[in-house]
Amino acid sequence: MTRRRIVLVALAAMWLHGAALAHKPSDSYLTLKVDGDRIDGQWDIALRDLDFALGLDANQDGAITWGEVKAKHAAIAAYALSRLTLGPQSAPCSTTVTGHLIDNHSDGAYEVLRFTAGCAAAPKVLAVDYRLFADIDPQHRGLLKLEAYAATRAAVLGSDAPAQRFTLGELSKWEQFLDYGNEGVWHIWTGFDHILFLLSLLFPAVLVRSRNSGEIWQPAPSFRAAFIDVLKVVTAFTLAHSITLSLAALEVVNLPSRLVESCIAASVVLAALNNVRPLVLRGRWLIAFFFGLIHGFGFASVLADLGLPQESLLIALVAFNVGVELGQLAIVSVFLPAA
Amino acid sequence: MRTTAWRACRTVTAAGALALAVAAVAAPFVPDDDAQVLERLPDRSAPQYRDLKRLQVAVAAAPNDVTAAAALAQGYYRISRREGDPRFLGYAQAALTPWWKDPEAPTAVLVMRATILQSSHEFVRALADLDKAIAREPRNADAIIMRATVLTVRGKYDEARADCGRLQGVAPGLYVVVCLASIDAVTGKAQSAEAVLSRSLAAMPVAMSDIRAWIESLLGEIAQRQGDPVAETHFRAALAADPRDLYTIGAYCDWLLEQKRAGDVIPLVQNELRVDALLLRLALAQTALRRPEAEASVTILRARFDASRARGDTVHRREEARFQLLLNGEPKIALRLVQENWNVQREPADLRVLAEAALATGDASARETVRRWLVATGLEYPAVATLVRQGEGGAR
Repeated sequence: MTRRRIVLVALAAMWLHGAALAHKPSDSYLTLKVDGDRIDGQWDIALRDLDFALGLDANQDGAITWGEVKAKHAAIAAYALSRLTLGPQSAPCSTTVTGHLIDNHSDGAYEVLRFTAGCAAAPKVLAVDYRLFADIDPQHRGLLKLEAYAATRAAVLGSDAPAQRFTLGELSKWEQFLDYGNEGVWHIWTGFDHILFLLSLLFPAVLVRSRNSGEIWQPAPSFRAAFIDVLKVVTAFTLAHSITLSLAALEVVNLPSRLVESCIAASVVLAALNNVRPLVLRGRWLIAFFFGLIHGFGFASVLADLGLPQESLLIALVAFNVGVELGQLAIVSVFLPAA
Repeated sequence: MRTTAWRACRTVTAAGALALAVAAVAAPFVPDDDAQVLERLPDRSAPQYRDLKRLQVAVAAAPNDVTAAAALAQGYYRISRREGDPRFLGYAQAALTPWWKDPEAPTAVLVMRATILQSSHEFVRALADLDKAIAREPRNADAIIMRATVLTVRGKYDEARADCGRLQGVAPGLYVVVCLASIDAVTGKAQSAEAVLSRSLAAMPVAMSDIRAWIESLLGEIAQRQGDPVAETHFRAALAADPRDLYTIGAYCDWLLEQKRAGDVIPLVQNELRVDALLLRLALAQTALRRPEAEASVTILRARFDASRARGDTVHRREEARFQLLLNGEPKIALRLVQENWNVQREPADLRVLAEAALATGDASARETVRRWLVATGLEYPAVATLVRQGEGGAR
């Protein structure tokens, strides 16, 4: 009790004091100028923030000198640029530092990091993935100024929405659709968890467990029966994950990603175990539906990581979903004849 | 040219350099001297920093240990209060990462998360966490005190008073007394609140300097609202006990500005200009004194509010409203800001800015909001009542 009181005495005095007075919070200023397949960047990052992350004040005297900053130029560039990805995840633009300067903003001195980024092609949609200080200060924000084709736009980057996509110049609705559809296909193909789950559930459709014969697994009696079974499972899975993907993307429902990821992992294990020691054989579409709901949340977090364009949310949502379905169908169409 | 400007900079205080630098150098540059000081960091010899290293090491060794994480978050929170630097709230949040989005987080995390959230004026989410914490542990004094504070800031005095009552038997008696007195002070019982607080102060050991500072500051604010010159004695006593109490510095500056003693404001704030609210007080003082430096201060303030708006922050609305009203000549913008602010927080200082903006714009409905609040709560604040009357006189 006595110790508890000491804690209280120290804390409560501050708490009961009502609203605190505050500084400007931690912001960086990122300017990107897109010129064809080349992007010129200037990134102003507060020395105070860099000091917390990298320890600029080498002699610990409470003052950061130009000499101390210079000594850390390479470390600053490596730290910052490894937390900024421009262009598609599959082939990001490669960045090169072109200069280190200093600027004074309204709340103190900033490192001015100048760089260029060379992209494989002139981006029609620029993906920006910003994770500066995300692990040490989730309240940090990057104030982005993006200049492309004589238009300037502003955005706030930060741990709430680390990845955003910006449509540069003219992009038809169809091109936007293709863009997100592509991402959907890509995700189902590279996301082993979803494929494993689906295949584990489909496995018993083509190999039917026989009750009397010594041989445990037998080929399905007919292609038609197998096809119908597959169709039921795939439809249930699709329907379920479409529902939760939409609900989560529209921010109607939200689940912590740790929970979602562990449930997805569990669903793969359960589906596989069901093949070894079958518990459910007939109503597998029900399992597909139930876990499909959870996988949908997983898709939604991917979609959120891609960055959703507010002006064409629906297109992105439908396109991504269609992409996932097409990717899924491709897998099934290879699997079914093979089996 | 730039070199001379910079040499001049180095000779003045760090804060002064900040003001000069923004005004004089508005483009990126390469300093020409390795020894040139670009930035000054907060003084790390303060007691708030003492345990930080140990706590950081403990969390690094066991990032999923709730006790260690909550202790580190608390350490960062204290520094954020001392320095007024919201960066440390971000560091505190990072310490709680494994549980930050977990609605069923351990109670220690719930209380700490609420503390961080209320600092960002996310009162609704903070209250939800505190409700849950108190439901789980009805005798958790930290959670109860925090909730009483948030409810008071929100102007929900009945509920706040109930929480003060809950402290009975779970916190030192002094806390119950001060908790209740701080609500009495804004609900028509200023005189008895003042008497109770003064008695507590007299009975308290001198060594409890942070509590003394806090009670003196409360007494100062009560006297200030009554226009009682004893306010100055209390503010000075509070600052003698804790010279870097930013909240008290701000309140004292407001008292001095009301008393037309702008000259006394400048030495109080000149080393704290990173704090937006205190830079605002400086700019107000400089303007009142017709000092040429006022322009530079206003420029920096404008840049800070612009940046804050760009990132979508709403924490500074009361301060920005005063800026728009008194320094930027935009009473309509000021009224909008302070009305938005009023929906979220309802301290007497918020009411005052609302009353000032209502008078400046002649907005009858805002004036009516102020009048009704005075009637409903019984808040004794003659200056605000006068502003309402002036508005009513003007409307007639």
